[in-house]
Amino acid sequence: MVDRGVPANFGLSFATVERQAALLALIALILFNAAVTPHFVSLRTFNVNMTQVTPIVIVAVGMTLVIATAGIDLSVGSLMAVAGQLAPIIFLGKIVMLPYPVAIVLAFIVPVVATGLLGFFNGVLVSRYRIQPIVATLVLFIAGRGIAQVLTNGNLQTFREPGFQWIGLGRVGGLPIQMLLMLAIAAAAAWALRRTLFGRQVLAVGGNERAARLTGIPVARVKRRVYLISGLCAGVAGLIVVAINSSSDANQVGIGMELDAIAAVAVGGTLFAGGKASVIGTVIGALIIQLVRYTLIANGVPDAAALVVKAVLILLAVWVQRRGRTA
Amino acid sequence: MTRAAAASLAGRYGVLVALLLLIVFGALRYDHFLGSFNVLSLLRYNSMFVLVSLGMAFVIMTGGIDLSVGAVAALGSVVAALVSPYGPWQGLIAGTAAGLVVGFINGLIVTRLRLFPFITTLATLLAAKGTALLLSGNQSVAVSYASGFTDIGQADFLGFPIPAWIALLAYITGSIILNFTEFGRTVLAVGGNEDATRLMGLRADRVKMIVYTMSGTLAGLAGVILAAQFGAGQPIEGVGWELFAIAAVVVGGTSLMGGNGSVGTTLAGVLLLGLIFNILNFENGLGWISLSAYWQSVVRGVFLLVVVVMQAKLVARQRAGHTS
Repeated sequence: MVDRGVPANFGLSFATVERQAALLALIALILFNAAVTPHFVSLRTFNVNMTQVTPIVIVAVGMTLVIATAGIDLSVGSLMAVAGQLAPIIFLGKIVMLPYPVAIVLAFIVPVVATGLLGFFNGVLVSRYRIQPIVATLVLFIAGRGIAQVLTNGNLQTFREPGFQWIGLGRVGGLPIQMLLMLAIAAAAAWALRRTLFGRQVLAVGGNERAARLTGIPVARVKRRVYLISGLCAGVAGLIVVAINSSSDANQVGIGMELDAIAAVAVGGTLFAGGKASVIGTVIGALIIQLVRYTLIANGVPDAAALVVKAVLILLAVWVQRRGRTA
Repeated sequence: MTRAAAASLAGRYGVLVALLLLIVFGALRYDHFLGSFNVLSLLRYNSMFVLVSLGMAFVIMTGGIDLSVGAVAALGSVVAALVSPYGPWQGLIAGTAAGLVVGFINGLIVTRLRLFPFITTLATLLAAKGTALLLSGNQSVAVSYASGFTDIGQADFLGFPIPAWIALLAYITGSIILNFTEFGRTVLAVGGNEDATRLMGLRADRVKMIVYTMSGTLAGLAGVILAAQFGAGQPIEGVGWELFAIAAVVVGGTSLMGGNGSVGTTLAGVLLLGLIFNILNFENGLGWISLSAYWQSVVRGVFLLVVVVMQAKLVARQRAGHTS
């Protein structure tokens, strides 16, 4: 709930400890790597990690808002594939040949609008028909990837188009553009959640839907919007992934992304029952998961073992959260 | 009959009617649709999904969810393949036991640590997948053909595929458990209202332990069949099985809120989703249209959409029926 604050005489609320704990874990990981992992402190390592984590963070930011309303969005990976297929179709001129700048601009806009609309559709299922979010978004989890595959009959699209791939490969002052984009999206969402009426409404809907409805909050509209935003985020992430790969494979883009995003949200301290959410926590959560994996692999642990560690990490984070709530 | 009662009946048996219509449609339209080859291969292939969906149905009836089933099946297939040189039974038991262990861990975490089933089983999905990859060294593990292990997936018994027998047996057992035992009634009670169940002195935690263990065990068994059918343990198989199973359970008319459900209609749900793919194949064979296999995801998704929207409307009507 929005205002379930810890009494003021507790100088340090559990929420604070929790967020600090995640942040401290992240700092400890960085320090550990700096001391142990060879070549860790370099722009190259930084960029490699950032490139891998960016799509997860962007999707997880949208997921955070959805989960804040006590929902879930399983369709994000499939929506990434849809956006990833649409963009090359447009700039390669597979349907209509467009003049260069127009094609590039549309290749950015159309896919994201499309996934936004699909997200909105999720929101309609959840709000209008009262279908549980898991089932409602399962529809597009299944059908979305089918749509992406059908668009090119399952064929791989390869391309070299600097004007478009700028979103995944471009640099500004040595920093990847995709990372700056990720920071901008996360900052906007964090601001919206904390400082705007919409953010308050999101948390109120997740905290107690009935109460929110009684106080006149447009519950259905709020829900439609969070799923719309999640769809938009998935679209942007899909564009980044195919731009980095210089190819778009509908069978591969975004596979398992819903689970990665949910894991980041869980480690970041957002409640799955809704009502309490932290976008910054989600960003930290995604960074922790990424860095743990990097640490293990860089130090010779097989990737498969890293999966098991990730599992323990998620359980540990949620368990700490749970204790924080019941204590 | 009141409208509410009619709506409830439609919700429960609608899937059976739809399945029947689809079969009649296929039988009238295609030669060999009801031929033994088609029917038996359909059953043989779908028996894995049937087992996984049965376990999922029980978990969902208690108001939970089990996302780990696909990864557990992969783990089960790897373990079974590794043990298969010692004999078919050894392979069968080892693969199933691997699933049982993961299911038991799921149950422990959900009941003792009281974590959300969604997150718990998401984590064990990753752990089971990681374990499967570690055990197999990141590649598929060939099963022993000499020991006769592959019979579990490929041979027939009384003219009926062995995996289909296994699935049928599991369904009959599941149906008896749900309808005629105290355990079955407690499953539905826990899903309906957990706190009330506790107050009534029913052991909610024990029931949950059992359903998660059951789901893991059935997923492990599905993994054994997978390994036997394809001649190899497959550490990267099973991706998305959990969501397919959830879809089948929902199509079968079981509510994700818990508290109601039926084993028989879940079976119908699995067969319905499997049949869509089958009919697409036949339709392509006729040559009128040429739909790639990729269309099956779209068709399945649309089908799921129609089902859940109809169910939502039925529920709304039932509510209206109750209040008027």
